[in-house]
Amino acid sequence: MNYKEFEHQSYLQQSDEVKQRFTAIKQRDVLLDVKHLGKNFEGANGTIKALQDVSFQVHRREFITVIGPSGCGKSTLVRLLAGLETASGGVVELSGEPVVDPGPGRGMVFQGYTLFPWLTVKRNIMFGLQMQGLSDANAEGEALQWIDLIGLDRFAEHYPHQLSGGMKQRVAIARALATRPKILLMDEPFGALDAQTRAKMQRYLLEIWRNIDITIIFITHDLDEAIYLADRILVLDAHPGRVHDFIEVPVPRPRHPAQTADPTFVALKQHIESIIHPVETGDEDDLNLIRLTRVGDDV
Amino acid sequence: MASWLTPRHTLTERQSRSLLLLSFSVPLLLWSLISYVPFIWHPNVEVTDPGDVGYFKVGMSLEQEAFAKERDKVVASGGIAPEGIAVNPIYLPAPHKVATAFYTAFTTEPKRRSEQWLHESLWHSITIIFWGFSLSSIFGIPLGVICGTYAVASRMSEPFVEFFRYFPAPAFGALAVAVLGIHDAPKITIIFIGTFFQQVLVVANTTRKLDMSLVEAAMTLGAGRAQLLFRVVVPGILPDLYRDARILLGWAWTYLIVAELIGASSGITWFITQQARYQNFDNVFAAIMMIGFIGLSTDIVLGKLGNVMFRWQKAA
Repeated sequence: MNYKEFEHQSYLQQSDEVKQRFTAIKQRDVLLDVKHLGKNFEGANGTIKALQDVSFQVHRREFITVIGPSGCGKSTLVRLLAGLETASGGVVELSGEPVVDPGPGRGMVFQGYTLFPWLTVKRNIMFGLQMQGLSDANAEGEALQWIDLIGLDRFAEHYPHQLSGGMKQRVAIARALATRPKILLMDEPFGALDAQTRAKMQRYLLEIWRNIDITIIFITHDLDEAIYLADRILVLDAHPGRVHDFIEVPVPRPRHPAQTADPTFVALKQHIESIIHPVETGDEDDLNLIRLTRVGDDV
Repeated sequence: MASWLTPRHTLTERQSRSLLLLSFSVPLLLWSLISYVPFIWHPNVEVTDPGDVGYFKVGMSLEQEAFAKERDKVVASGGIAPEGIAVNPIYLPAPHKVATAFYTAFTTEPKRRSEQWLHESLWHSITIIFWGFSLSSIFGIPLGVICGTYAVASRMSEPFVEFFRYFPAPAFGALAVAVLGIHDAPKITIIFIGTFFQQVLVVANTTRKLDMSLVEAAMTLGAGRAQLLFRVVVPGILPDLYRDARILLGWAWTYLIVAELIGASSGITWFITQQARYQNFDNVFAAIMMIGFIGLSTDIVLGKLGNVMFRWQKAA
């Protein structure tokens, strides 16, 4: 299939059902308001603009994925939202309150799991609750409910090194959600997982999201993942990182893996692909093909 | 054979056991060869029959050349030739003699009343190490953790510590005696100085190696400053701190010998120098090896204990 076949099919064309859904979403409160956000890093070779004038709004219970070419500042953006970095300009407001430092209002899940290796699964999930001042007994009760929810009952007393990658990430999600944040920030959380586990985790995350009141900002470099999960996709440009587009995904919910073959899905994928990887014109990344030995098919 | 040269090639249980045995038996074999095979080395002659040489006595040991000269002289003048057997110098006792000394050193009564039995000397050395190392750790580990966690503390104290650690600890011997007297205090001080400054830097580096993302994860979970230090940094580096302490304890033993020589000589060092003076080199070797065994067995015990305490760590 090439792009031509889908030219008639606009990637933005929404069915009535999808239209209604977006109308409803837009009527919800604005939870996250990012205004003219900028971030510079002082390097040895002068200032590097990681993000420039990034503005967007996220409504309550929306699922946003962020995608863009490497160097577009995806990770910087999510770290700014978490309060782990200080902005060079602009503000991030969560329910009208400016974000200045990390706090329990914004849960975060990192690609590297970042479970505390010296704590059991149960105690990892209890950590945030204890930080909020809950008694050990209450924290334990809450943690056990989360462990039940993520289906790791048999592993409550296991240490992180005894778990598989998918299990670790489930614990990390439960740990972040246990403190009942308004927003969950996920920085390429499934990037280190194999394809099968990743697909399972995606279904799993959607299931959790459907059942609790949480807004999710999800960074990824995987296009299928970005479309499969999102209500809207924030597409960033690189050097400096800017908002290219904020696309409403026309694929209806509830999502199912088979939808990746839907015409709307494929059209949207090709559209974003063309933004992120435009047709190369003598870029410095091009291989010097002359130097490669020509090898026929019948080697 | 080629696979043994692969970097980080893992050995089977049996292989590593036999290699362990080999690592101890090779030096022992060399020592035995030199001691028991008469034509290897053996530069001296022990007189078994003085013959007509006036000053020779049974059991006396002298160089082969000197022995041959005297024998030739006596033979030339028609006297009875002295006889002897090839031996090693007195400072290299044979393995069995050292093995015997391992036992007899404990049962031999001190020559003078004021002198100590071997076990008393050993115990005294162990207490010196204990106090020197404990005092250093009480101050050094917290300071190191703080330096590794906060840049301000690091910049404020580490340059000086870095400078101070190049001062050789034994150089403070005379000063320590002048200030603290001749007994145990200056000895403990030397071990403290020798350990403390290294400890601060080693612990600070260990602390800095903690995965920053764990600290960030804790911050997003609402951990405050004190909680970050005591609930994340400290537990996160604990196994590495423990490993550092084991390595530094080894260094403390090397400072012991110098420490025990200053002021009133004491402990195992006193025993060694005293026995060397009496030319009981079998006892000297036994005492040196005893330090080795104490060091090695402490480290093995601490290592096993560490495996039990830090079960959450991936098996290395």
